[in-house]
Amino acid sequence: MDDIKYSNTQQHDHEHSRTSYDDQLDYGTPASKSDVQVTLTIDDREITVPEGTSIMRASIMAGINVPKLCATDSLEPFGSCRLCVVEIEGRRGYPASCTTPVAEGLKVHTQTSKLADIRRGTMELYISDHPLDCLTCAANGDCELQDMAGAVGLREVRYGYEGENHLKAEKDESNPYFTFDPSKCIVCSRCVRACEETQGTFALTISGRGFESKVAAGINNFLESECVSCGACVQACPTATLMEKTVIEQGTPEHSVTTTCAYCGVGCSFDAEMKGEEVIRMVPNKNGGANHGHSCVKGRFAWGYATHKDRITTPMIRKSISDPWQTVSWDEAINYAASEIQRIQSKYGKDAVGGITSSRCTNEEVYVVQKLVRAVFGSNNVDTCARVCHSPTGYGLKQTIGESAGTQTFDSVMESDVIFVIGANPTDGHPVFASQMKRRLREGAKLIIADPRAIDLVASPHVKADYHLKLQPGTNVALVSALAHVIVSEGLVNEAFVKERCEWDSFVAWRDFVALPENSPEALSLAIGVPAEELRAAARLYATGGNAAIYYGLGVTEHSQGSTMVMGIANLAMATGNIGREGVGVNPLRGQNNVQGSCDMGSMPHEFTGYRHVSDDAARALFEAAWGRPLSAEPGLRIPNMLDYAIEGSFKALYCVGEDIVQSDPNTQHVTHALESMECVIVQDLFLNETAMYAHVFFPGASFLEKSGTFTNAERRISPVRRVMTPKNGKEDWEVTAALSHALGYPMDYKHASDILDEVARLTPTFKGVSFKKLDELGSIQWPCDDEHPAGTPTMHIDEFVRGKGKFFVTKYVPTSEKVTPKYPLILTTGRILSQYNVGAQTRRTQNVAWHKEDLVEIHPHDAEERGIKENDWVGIASRAGETVLRAKISERVQPGVIYTTFHHPESGANVITTDNSDWATNCPEFKVTAVQVTRVSQLSEWQRNYQEFSDTQIAFTGKNPEANTDDRLKQKTEV
Amino acid sequence: MQIEHLVTMANQIGDFFKSFPDQEQAKKDIANHLMRFWARNMREQILAHVNNQNGDGLEAIVRDAIKEHLNNNSIN
Repeated sequence: MDDIKYSNTQQHDHEHSRTSYDDQLDYGTPASKSDVQVTLTIDDREITVPEGTSIMRASIMAGINVPKLCATDSLEPFGSCRLCVVEIEGRRGYPASCTTPVAEGLKVHTQTSKLADIRRGTMELYISDHPLDCLTCAANGDCELQDMAGAVGLREVRYGYEGENHLKAEKDESNPYFTFDPSKCIVCSRCVRACEETQGTFALTISGRGFESKVAAGINNFLESECVSCGACVQACPTATLMEKTVIEQGTPEHSVTTTCAYCGVGCSFDAEMKGEEVIRMVPNKNGGANHGHSCVKGRFAWGYATHKDRITTPMIRKSISDPWQTVSWDEAINYAASEIQRIQSKYGKDAVGGITSSRCTNEEVYVVQKLVRAVFGSNNVDTCARVCHSPTGYGLKQTIGESAGTQTFDSVMESDVIFVIGANPTDGHPVFASQMKRRLREGAKLIIADPRAIDLVASPHVKADYHLKLQPGTNVALVSALAHVIVSEGLVNEAFVKERCEWDSFVAWRDFVALPENSPEALSLAIGVPAEELRAAARLYATGGNAAIYYGLGVTEHSQGSTMVMGIANLAMATGNIGREGVGVNPLRGQNNVQGSCDMGSMPHEFTGYRHVSDDAARALFEAAWGRPLSAEPGLRIPNMLDYAIEGSFKALYCVGEDIVQSDPNTQHVTHALESMECVIVQDLFLNETAMYAHVFFPGASFLEKSGTFTNAERRISPVRRVMTPKNGKEDWEVTAALSHALGYPMDYKHASDILDEVARLTPTFKGVSFKKLDELGSIQWPCDDEHPAGTPTMHIDEFVRGKGKFFVTKYVPTSEKVTPKYPLILTTGRILSQYNVGAQTRRTQNVAWHKEDLVEIHPHDAEERGIKENDWVGIASRAGETVLRAKISERVQPGVIYTTFHHPESGANVITTDNSDWATNCPEFKVTAVQVTRVSQLSEWQRNYQEFSDTQIAFTGKNPEANTDDRLKQKTEV
Repeated sequence: MQIEHLVTMANQIGDFFKSFPDQEQAKKDIANHLMRFWARNMREQILAHVNNQNGDGLEAIVRDAIKEHLNNNSIN
């Protein structure tokens, strides 16, 4: 049963048998993982705990609260505050209980008159240099210092308050979300340690000594420092020194609801701390299976978009995109949309209509949209944004190991000896998991990075990659072949594993292929751009360094050979036996919160929920019986197919829920041309996003705070999303889809999102045991969850692969057709930044813009110098698809010949230049390789000028003020 | 859809499967990929292109795969 335990409960298993674990209590120091049990007496109580447990933790487990200030169970003990002192019979002095481990037969006293004196004396010193403004302090009622003053019975401060003190120390309010008030600081170092141990950034230090010692963020202030605003320090602070501005402004929350973050694929659990229907703060949930109490700047702080003035909360319709929007009732909007779909289907046929689901939507919302398309529209023309990110993962992993999902839990990384990161940038894209990975790296795990660009993990405080394979964009498959060649030719294959677990014939074909001289590091080194010896060394480390785990991202999938590379990665893991246990595996880092879920829910045009092909008669019969409608056995159109057919005139209407294809999909002008060619575009979103500017019907959406449902993260963890406020638009998103379905003559009689999940569970073997009730009980569940694994499956493929035997695939390197030429001599590659999320629709409407207010293009000094480009210059970037203008950032992070940008701001037009090249198997766009030229320019590109005008007009059509929406950059720009 | 586009996509699929040691199997896999992932009208278009234009622009193995293993029948 080991494989079905929760990692977070696993940690406390040793303690469970004897004491009841209270997940809301702070035990002062972390749990010990020892299997050896030790019995001791604390005051009058005998208690048995694992060896290595601190006396403090043992006391709290026994129900005895030892006073403490510098200790908290998310951090290693520090022993500085001197409040937790105890007496131990037979030992001298007054040891700190946080740093003193238990021992067999100890007799500990936590309350004696001597201890009371010491504690009172210590508190007296603290309070002599602390403001006495408790009643007006933001932490009033939520302050550990206040609690401890009460606990030790402090009644007077004999020293007076006139002496030298820190009470006039100046506040640092530079961070948009929290305040640092050093006058309230007791220098317990919890923030400094949280920055090191929890986050791994090492931005905070204690500067000065003795009386002069104080917490310092960089040289000037928090905002200008290395601080990534993850909030770990705020969480750790026992006083009001580090405090959320929302709490300072609005007071402490009165109730709390546990929910799941709507940003990246880590899927952190948060407590939404509320006053009535208003969120006061989002606090990471200590018991969150994916995050264990940690957070990043997005989930922790960037939720203000939900109430941003740009939100549109009433339905709107219009005949043409050159008309102003008309605000209408829900009934009118839904009936209009339904009548348009019916009109178009009767005129052009049922295949002229399709739908797009989003990874930003809940599983339940995605499920009803694909059900609407399949059962009501009558085709399989449904696709999802995973098309442009992880569709090759779904295909490649299904082919090789049999399931379209990552193999591990995040916690598995703590058992890894070698971590191999390929085409992923975890500190920016998956920050909370990156913190866990960095913790393991600080413990000594080895690190291999394959990335054309020097990501932060290559070298950051206390983390340094053993090998950074700085490959040329587009040569992933050559890289994986070269690594495989070394493993095969140097006898590093785990043949016992392969014989037992894999199809031997497929292995032999693969082995013989990679062993060819043309696949040797020496032969491929030039193409890859990495010395052969380095490739050999990295391959040896991966194959022989102990538990080796691969983590990969869009740098693997968004290529013309994305699916080939995913299979190549699975080949490596199988050949070395690095799959099927803790610490190893193949781990796709999913971009958005519900990429895994939206794929699981049958969003792809060729498959139902649980990855069953539409031509599978048994599966189709099951859905036909449940839904009462005949279903097509033909795969439907993918997003790029829909767009192509729209331009040709046979695809006429689109229902697009929560996606912004104009900004996120490649070759923007192709996308907008396709949308302009359609007769009815229905967009459901929080904002008038870029796609909505081409729409005829706008259904206002609800934010994650306003609805119930579930998200499934990158480790297959299904987590509950709980409604904490009434939807400002009046409906949860699944209700909108259900209403549209009803108007089309097919009622969907769900009362609540839980009814939808129940239907998914009935129709999907891997979800059989999942329900809202079970999620309430367990917190989260990793699928597969069925009768055999009622609490879910953290690690997959343990005794056998889902497909039975693992299958090797020959993965021949085929260079992309997107090649550099004299006209386009550079390669543009794209990525993400920590503070912004995807198309930025959410994060741009928060104060996260303090960190990233525009997309920049990184250029190597050599390339910049050749073109006379200096830092901050405007540069035109031209590809065969289009042209845009961005500001230059000269950086050696990129290699000569390669430039890099992000696409978080629509006016950047990063996707104006990306092309419609795509992955051979899934049509996932080749975002990571575009041949371009860059030149110094003095004005916006033509596309950008047209964009600004079009965008202003479209915003004005909603009745909102376009000026307010115009990016400062563009205002500045037009003045150039 | 523009036939050039479909030809490019089909050739890309061929590029993957043609490195398989068993070329007969590779042809079946190419056709099977088209059956499982391409919408019917895309398949019809490429099939017509093979039948009427002799698959102009298609690599031989892809053309043969379509000729031998792809038919107009429904996918199952």
